[in-house]
Amino acid sequence: MGAFADEAWQRLRSNPAAAAALAVMCAILALTWFGPWISPNDAHTLDWLHLAAPPGMQSSHWFGTDRLGRDLFVRTLAGTRVSMAIGLAASVVSLLVGVTYGAIAGYSGGRTDHLMMRVIEILSGLPLIFFVIVLTVIFGRSESLLFFAIGAVGWLTMARIVRGQTLSVRRREFIEAAIASGAGTVRIIFRHVVPNVLGPVIVYATLTVPQIILFESFLSFLGLGVQEPGASLGTLISEGAAEMEAAPWILLVPGSFLALLLLCLNIFGDALRDALDVRDGSP
Amino acid sequence: MTPTLSIDDLRIAFSHRAGSVEAVDRVSLQIAPSECVGIVGESGSGKTQVFMAAMGLLAGNARATGSVRFEGRELLGADRAALNRVRGSKLTMIPQDPMTSLTPHLKIGIQLAEVMVAHLGKTWSDARSSAGRMLERVHVPEPKRRLNQYPHELSGGMRQRVMIAMSLLCEPSLVIADEPTTALDVTIQAQIIELLRAVRGEFGMALALISHDLAVVAGLADRILVMYAGRIVEAAAAGALFRRPRHPYTAELLKCVPSISGPRSARLPTLAGQPPRPGEVLEACPFAPRCSRAAERCRVERPQLGGPAGAQVACHFPVSDD
Amino acid sequence: MIEPLLKVRDLCVDFGANAALRGVNFDLAAGEIVGLVGESGSGKSTLARAILRLLQPVRGSVQFLGQDLLQCSGAALRARRRELQIVFQDPLASLNPRMTVGEAIGEPLQIFEPKLTARARQLQVDAMLERVGLASAMAGRYPHEFSGGQCQRVGIARAMILRPKLLICDEVVSSLDMSIQGQIVNLLIDLQREAAMAVLFISHNLAVVRHLSQRVMVIYLGKLVEIAPCDALFAAPKHPYTRALLAAVPQLPSVIAAPAAPAAPAVPVLPAEPIQQARLMASGCAYRDRCPFVLPLCETTEPPLIEVGTGHWAACHRSQETLIPLSFAS
Repeated sequence: MGAFADEAWQRLRSNPAAAAALAVMCAILALTWFGPWISPNDAHTLDWLHLAAPPGMQSSHWFGTDRLGRDLFVRTLAGTRVSMAIGLAASVVSLLVGVTYGAIAGYSGGRTDHLMMRVIEILSGLPLIFFVIVLTVIFGRSESLLFFAIGAVGWLTMARIVRGQTLSVRRREFIEAAIASGAGTVRIIFRHVVPNVLGPVIVYATLTVPQIILFESFLSFLGLGVQEPGASLGTLISEGAAEMEAAPWILLVPGSFLALLLLCLNIFGDALRDALDVRDGSP
Repeated sequence: MTPTLSIDDLRIAFSHRAGSVEAVDRVSLQIAPSECVGIVGESGSGKTQVFMAAMGLLAGNARATGSVRFEGRELLGADRAALNRVRGSKLTMIPQDPMTSLTPHLKIGIQLAEVMVAHLGKTWSDARSSAGRMLERVHVPEPKRRLNQYPHELSGGMRQRVMIAMSLLCEPSLVIADEPTTALDVTIQAQIIELLRAVRGEFGMALALISHDLAVVAGLADRILVMYAGRIVEAAAAGALFRRPRHPYTAELLKCVPSISGPRSARLPTLAGQPPRPGEVLEACPFAPRCSRAAERCRVERPQLGGPAGAQVACHFPVSDD
Repeated sequence: MIEPLLKVRDLCVDFGANAALRGVNFDLAAGEIVGLVGESGSGKSTLARAILRLLQPVRGSVQFLGQDLLQCSGAALRARRRELQIVFQDPLASLNPRMTVGEAIGEPLQIFEPKLTARARQLQVDAMLERVGLASAMAGRYPHEFSGGQCQRVGIARAMILRPKLLICDEVVSSLDMSIQGQIVNLLIDLQREAAMAVLFISHNLAVVRHLSQRVMVIYLGKLVEIAPCDALFAAPKHPYTRALLAAVPQLPSVIAAPAAPAAPAVPVLPAEPIQQARLMASGCAYRDRCPFVLPLCETTEPPLIEVGTGHWAACHRSQETLIPLSFAS
């Protein structure tokens, strides 16, 4: 695996758009961790003196404040942190579950595959928001519920992709060779099939992160996700939308962060696909 | 008399991320009208690339220098229009894999007729009847029915006959046959070799037969060029090459061809090591690492192709009659 | 009589409507090298895969070391695989591109000798690499870094590491240069002699098979048409297809015969392509469409494999006669 990682890394580095996207993402990440240290403010203090203050360098509120006087800079960073964490965690869950499920379905074939795919189709058919609302009603708003809800549906497409890849890898001669060597099904799936489908999987996983962040933002925007006083980009945008006419920066700041984050992740995902998919050494 | 094909000092290099790799290293050859020349070589010999250059079919990352003249006209670097006047009509190719060389969704009749419509300006109905006649000449049974069939409905041997027919439609001066029998079964191979021989007699065109199999070439070629690591190492009349190979590689290669008659040996003759990867060899003889006759001179000085016409060899210590 | 190592009886494999194997019967003794010759569509690779149960035959039995592989449970089958190995045609495709060659060669050890420490396994892998002519330092490299011939050596190392009783070689030298073929064939000869294992060598290349085999079987459209000791098959073939195959192999002009342009071939150039599947289903000999010696009997009755000499079997109604080749134009 090492050789491929190195090669892919080389190709990534030489792609300017990808490098830029990666740099920006790292910058954002750094900012979310260290930003609160730089700013004199914190996310919860209500500054009665500066309610809905516009951004500026004169006050300590560089990005302005929201309706309740909370510093937008720190809050946005906190929100970004939450969104990224949720995005990442849910992506990892969907990756693990989806890859295992898809590989087993694709490799087993026949009735097992048939059954497993029907399950996916049924789950895909469920109206997602409805599902989340019902869960929220039963269990109340919480971040863990959000993780679960997103993770529970995020793996569906991943499973489909992995199954498709597995179907083509399954026919390759080295799988036959592994069977002939006496390898059992578990070994074949995890030692032979999965490493050879990882290319598209990693790419899709990288593209899943922005999707999930967006989805989470959407849920939070609707009031179903992260609750006060916690913040995610979605809740911030929701608040900002309410104040749009009077204090547009309350929307623009988290909105720009979200847009930038999604853009970078998408660019990086595309570049990753190019880096991992190139087979022959063409210039 | 102008040779049909004249290649001078051809060099082909492929540029990769890691640098440039030389596949063909200063190759010069000539094919006279109606002559059959066999080009023999193994992986990495560059034998196919030489003729890809002639047909203007080199890959995008290839750089070719030198000269490739077909009936006096320069082909290397010529523009598409000039190439297309010649390709497919006077200079044609029978590719290696008949499975993939025909367009799968077009009927055979259309693909054959297309050649004549494009190059000779015939009408579609004229072209179709000519195609049917040509299929007869290459011994395709039920030619009229075949014209209406799709490529996947034909067997490998049949498809190769169609490709041969296609190459002959416009009365070419030179046909390049690139490993025409490699993908075929041995009984079909025998038929195709027979067909090529008959066709040569009938049409009288020059034939460049590229193969890794000396035995296939033996049946057809007047002259044989042996290529190794991008260079021609021996060029001789067919009979002379088999009776008295001069280059150590040729001599060893001939021994490596297993036979179905004669005594059975306990071990198959073979050459130790493997051919150099493209781009590996610089100055010096590329065969030196595997040559039993190699001396110091072979490792530093590149041998040039020399000797009387009809028995040329690129070796510092060629095999002589012992 | 010693029980043969491998007993194949009435093996039939269908691919949809096509019959790829139509009842194959043969025995293979321990330590014996048997060549299997056939062209594309003959079913030779299908036979290899059927014996290994990489595909499911419709009918028949494969008795290996006294057990029918086709009736085994999954676990029992896997246990048997230790003794029955295969080397494939495409050297690069049969290796997992994401595993180093060391890992690939060591995998059978991981499966069948799980108690071995990693160090012990590494030692065996290194020894095996050296045995097949590769440096043990190459164990950490990936398949795409090797040439075709080297990859094939890796494939052989992987198949041999557990010292199987039977090795099936499916066209193992077909994709290699002629000057390298001999290296691999000689390696197999050496390994076979050392391990006294049986080898089923499948190839379309008669000349290579000749140098390797003690006995040769010829397969045509899913059935064996001739089985004979190697010398007998090449000197005096009894089935018309075998004769056509031998006649069709292009030969170098012999050193003694002078002419540069060989004379017209003595081979009867076969007029047609192999029989269409629909006609195969009907009775009669599958070769009748291309046979220069066909009789009306051949349309109706399929000739059984009958013994025509010591250890020499042929499936032809006319195998007992001395048939002079007719030459006819194509």
